[in-house]
Amino acid sequence: MSRKRKTILADIIVVAIALFVFGLPLYFLVINSFKTDKEARLLNISWPDKFQIAENFKQAFANQDYLIIRAFFNSVIITAFSVVGLIIVCSMAGYTIQRRNDKPVKIINAVVLAGLMIPPSILPTIWIMQSVGIYKTIPGMVIVEIALGIPFTTMLFRGYMGTVPREIEEAAMIDGCGKLRIFASIIFPLLKPITSTVTILSAINVFNDFVNPLYFLPGTKNATIQLTLYNFMGKFSNKYNLLFADIILITVPILLLFIFFNKKIVDGMAAGSVKG
Amino acid sequence: MEKIRIKKEKSIYSLCFFIPLIVIYCGLFILPTLISFFFSMTVWNFTSFRFVGLQNFVDFFSEHSLRIGISNTFIYAVLTCALKVILGLALAIVLTSKIRTKNLVRSIVFFPNLISTVAVGIIFSALMHPSKGLFSKVLDAIGIHGVDLLGNRSLALYSVIMVDVWKGVGVATVIYIAGILAISKDYYEAASLDGTTKLQQFAHITVPLCRPSINSVIILAFISGMRTFDLIWSMTGGGPGFATDTMASVIYKQYAAGFYGLSTAGNVIMFVLIAVIAFPLFKYLTSKELDA
Repeated sequence: MSRKRKTILADIIVVAIALFVFGLPLYFLVINSFKTDKEARLLNISWPDKFQIAENFKQAFANQDYLIIRAFFNSVIITAFSVVGLIIVCSMAGYTIQRRNDKPVKIINAVVLAGLMIPPSILPTIWIMQSVGIYKTIPGMVIVEIALGIPFTTMLFRGYMGTVPREIEEAAMIDGCGKLRIFASIIFPLLKPITSTVTILSAINVFNDFVNPLYFLPGTKNATIQLTLYNFMGKFSNKYNLLFADIILITVPILLLFIFFNKKIVDGMAAGSVKG
Repeated sequence: MEKIRIKKEKSIYSLCFFIPLIVIYCGLFILPTLISFFFSMTVWNFTSFRFVGLQNFVDFFSEHSLRIGISNTFIYAVLTCALKVILGLALAIVLTSKIRTKNLVRSIVFFPNLISTVAVGIIFSALMHPSKGLFSKVLDAIGIHGVDLLGNRSLALYSVIMVDVWKGVGVATVIYIAGILAISKDYYEAASLDGTTKLQQFAHITVPLCRPSINSVIILAFISGMRTFDLIWSMTGGGPGFATDTMASVIYKQYAAGFYGLSTAGNVIMFVLIAVIAFPLFKYLTSKELDA
């Protein structure tokens, strides 16, 4: 066999294995969301006898008085505000941590890094939120998501700041630019690549978050998309077609993000973790 | 010189930039962590508390249904971490070789990360359904009958671990790929001029030089394994019995049952476990990195 043939063969084998291992469960998900209740209950991967696509998705939408729409709205709001908050808080912090080397900064850096490992203490957090009056509210949820996202995001910004030369700020300083303006109008625009990475990573993280809303935002009024999905799991225990249609509905937004920013996601994950 | 540098740093980079971080991060992360040490020694319900000393911890370690969470968390963290480290590296090697479909395959491998963990749990619970699930049927067909992947006490934890690896290996792969691509091609050229085999190149060039990536993967995978909750919760709910309960699911169960003191104690135990294992591990790994 010639060399070229060999590489083509290797290509085919690799793709086939990857599709089998990672694609099959997804195929199972999609194909069953197209079936009728009765067929989906068999939980197999055969081609549907009867397609029932529009009706399944319509039902998944309409379930529990269109709860999914409100949940979707809540999740999007929480995600958007958390991402913006994280960017503001962590870009400033990452910038200063990378630039200053004195004692207070070192302490802050160590505490933030420790947060990568420390498991959040849930009940005391609820207690504090209750005493401030933000427990079970969407703003409260946003602040918790920001607090928990700070260690990783700050690390990403700090890592990226290492590639921005100090001379920029020094020159701006000499030209009489104020501290806040140096950051806001000179440094922040330079951080755009890492900012977009952070946007995508934390958007996925917050949107797909299940644990934190479970603790900090209980109740149907404020249900987020993942909690709704979990509740549907109990209700639709034998209507897999609707359950799966639901999963597809809530995965689509993230999927779109991924299609547009595929490279950013992957680069960002790598950049953040390699520099450690 | 040093003094001048610090003075200059102070004049440009204001500590005020930390104010939002300090308020939010300390208020809702560090402060709760500190408070948890106190409340773990009480019986409390957000409005009142009664000090009980170390009773919660005694209960935790003496009661089987609580203690099992600790050992399960260990098994879970160690196994998912090991599998992600090894499989991720293997995948990354394949995806940095000459094959042309690597971008496609990389996207396929990464894709499960986009689906929420709860959704992944639902999909795989269906696939592992004891009588109808695809996995059970395949096992049946190759002569292993009547296996209940999620209902069998001694198997359930490992089934969930497999799913966790399926979902998480993509991240490990991506991190490795970045590490491998950052290695200069010169090393490989020089090595092949010296007549080394591919295996020798892997062992003496690739592995040592992508050590930082390996360390990141180990730490990330281990920590997320220690904290695992959503996958367990959506696949088995901690069952059958308590066979798949982890620390995080025990904490939630105690909270849901109204035992806030026990729940907080669970949180503190988890904190201590991570501090005792992960911090030294992290130190050890990064010290190795500097030597290399």
